[in-house]
Amino acid sequence: MRISPSGLHVPGPSRRNVLRGAGSAALLAGAGIPLLSACGGSGSSSDPKTVSLGSNSSDAVPKKAFAEIYAAFTKQSGIKVDVNTKDHNTFQEQINSYLQGTPDDVFTWFAGYRMQFFAAKNLASPIDDVWAKIGDNFPDAMKQLSKGEDGKYYFVPLYTYPWAIFYRKSVFQAKGYEVPTTWDAFVALCKKMKGDGLVPIAFGDKDAWPAMGTFDQINFRLNGYDFHKSLMAGKESWTDAKVKAVFDHWAEILPYHQDGFMGRTWQDAAQTLVSKKAGMYVLGSFVGQQFTNKADLDDLDFFAFPEMNPAYGQDTVEAPTDGFMVSKSPKNHDGVVKLMEYLGTPEAEQIYLKADNSVVAASSKADTSSYTALQKKAYTMISGAKNLTQFMDRDSRPDFTSTVMQPGLQKFLQNPKGIDSLLSSIERQKKTIFASQ
Amino acid sequence: MTTEIPTKSQEAAAVPPPGRASEKKRVQQGHKRLLTRRDRITLAFMAGVPTILHVLLVWVTALASILLAFTTWDGIGFDSIKWVGLDNFKQLFTDNPQFWPAVQHNVIWFVVLILIPTPFGLFLAVQLDKKIRFTRIYQTAFFLPVVISMACIGFVWQLIYNPDTGLINSIIGANKPGHYIDWIGDPKLNLWAVLIAASWRHAGYMMILYLAGLKSVDPSLREASALDGANEWQTFKNVIFPTLRPTNTVVLVVTIIEALRAFDLVFVFNKGAQGTELLSILVTNNIIGESSRIGYGSAIAVVLLVISLIVIIPYLIATFRKERRA
Repeated sequence: MRISPSGLHVPGPSRRNVLRGAGSAALLAGAGIPLLSACGGSGSSSDPKTVSLGSNSSDAVPKKAFAEIYAAFTKQSGIKVDVNTKDHNTFQEQINSYLQGTPDDVFTWFAGYRMQFFAAKNLASPIDDVWAKIGDNFPDAMKQLSKGEDGKYYFVPLYTYPWAIFYRKSVFQAKGYEVPTTWDAFVALCKKMKGDGLVPIAFGDKDAWPAMGTFDQINFRLNGYDFHKSLMAGKESWTDAKVKAVFDHWAEILPYHQDGFMGRTWQDAAQTLVSKKAGMYVLGSFVGQQFTNKADLDDLDFFAFPEMNPAYGQDTVEAPTDGFMVSKSPKNHDGVVKLMEYLGTPEAEQIYLKADNSVVAASSKADTSSYTALQKKAYTMISGAKNLTQFMDRDSRPDFTSTVMQPGLQKFLQNPKGIDSLLSSIERQKKTIFASQ
Repeated sequence: MTTEIPTKSQEAAAVPPPGRASEKKRVQQGHKRLLTRRDRITLAFMAGVPTILHVLLVWVTALASILLAFTTWDGIGFDSIKWVGLDNFKQLFTDNPQFWPAVQHNVIWFVVLILIPTPFGLFLAVQLDKKIRFTRIYQTAFFLPVVISMACIGFVWQLIYNPDTGLINSIIGANKPGHYIDWIGDPKLNLWAVLIAASWRHAGYMMILYLAGLKSVDPSLREASALDGANEWQTFKNVIFPTLRPTNTVVLVVTIIEALRAFDLVFVFNKGAQGTELLSILVTNNIIGESSRIGYGSAIAVVLLVISLIVIIPYLIATFRKERRA
């Protein structure tokens, strides 16, 4: 649907949420989901030479890139891939009923809790046989991301991209700023930028998800990956002093965030970085798509969120990963296995990356020679990470993040002083939501 | 031979007996001509299909959502529906930080619509009823917002209100750091900002309703009051407005419905972020999506239903009473 100015597609949360906003009509059309549970799926034949695949990549650029992957697979194996592409937003909102109806053999999805949820509900098939062949292509962190709660593999990752702090090299050079590696240096830098008349941290939270990215960064830097993961899984209390500390640190840098963020989209916020009015921006690497001018894009760089607790350093990277899953009872099992094996190869990833250079390959074997400087840096950052997180709405229950955390974080941003009552309200709601599992 | 006998006897029976009986037969035949078998099938089809659709889409779904309001269900498989009694409502009334603001905003929505755009629509209608020049053009201009879909209105107005590049902030210079007026995000402002957009549309709607009402006012009433020496305001207050009573009832009901079903405008505007929560948006946020909270969302929908019933039932009772009297 939405093609970014650079002609690249916006991966992951960005596009999804942009569309979520744009598609109120689509939303109304989806209002009857539970009653129309048979509305998804192609119900294609059990022809051994065909595999059906449900895709959410409705944007022109990734759609074409995916088509090239499937064409290459057909050429290699003689198996045809029958693709059903749905609007990205609609696909996501109908996923429940789609998987319960007559889904395609293979479907595109996200790694993490969101994948494990459907695995646990028996709406996806384990693919350990596929991983026996492709296992060597992936680093350990990717293997962890592809497993369900039962330890079996359910997911084949294709590409990933990091969240970090983005900045303009020329701005840092001209003003003599240095990349901060500690929290204190970061706060000092914010202060300095403000003094220099810059907006220290560009910010737009109209779509409600960008704030979750900042929370993730502060939480796993301060409290570590394990705590973050178990907090997201609903196992820790939100009234814990550790969580409170996250919000205290956030409140410390909040005055350095761009004014009027509640009504601003991430695209508009990115424009202030493009126009050099802002110094830094905490976002995913898809921010590069707002840099339509090549010189500007070459000037874009990023650094990892600064260390806040020496026990954890910068060992965790938030790297949302997109890939493929197999539905509960695929019609052409052998074909599916072959397709998944192919999708897990570096070749498939390289075909995709040719079309979309804002992301990096999930495989550690993919050829990195054609990467841009930004991609190379992203690749190094992700492959060097001890732990990978997905994103708050991928690491936790989507109902919790969308109905509790999104409004909750927006409330905090409006009124940082009311954090105690907010956290106890979040905790109460979390208990009931996670209890209903 | 044997086969002919019954045929003959049938023919004999078919011969109509003379007298009154034959008249009766003719009446029956006439009735049959009015409703042939095909007619009856068509009728059954025309009455049956809408009835089935109505029962399925209105009654069954309404009852289903009332039942679901007492359960938790993630929408995956019917065996995962769990009865939880009043838990959803308890959570809603005590734990949900968005619920009471949403109820409040729906009420504010109604109060604002009835106090500002409705009288304004009446004012426009009275002016346009005076046979001034270009009245058709004015009518079209004021009515156009009603024709545009709410989603488009929301989209257009959020461009006007955009904090960085929007019309308003650009004109008054409120898009610089330190001077921001966040029309869309600030919870103290955004409901009023969106209500301006809603009123802009509602005024046109009300104007058309009142204009139709005014056209049906008997001109002799005006003449009579003019002869009695009433001025324009007195004529309107004492003669015209009281005759608009049926229109006022329609206006009241339409406005209540508008206030309760307010959704699309806000959803496009800022998705019901803090300050603009509405019941309809809470229902949507909870039910639609991946691991949906269908039971909880249904509970909110039931609250909305109860509110609508509280408003609609007295209206229906009054209407039926009037009909019975007539």
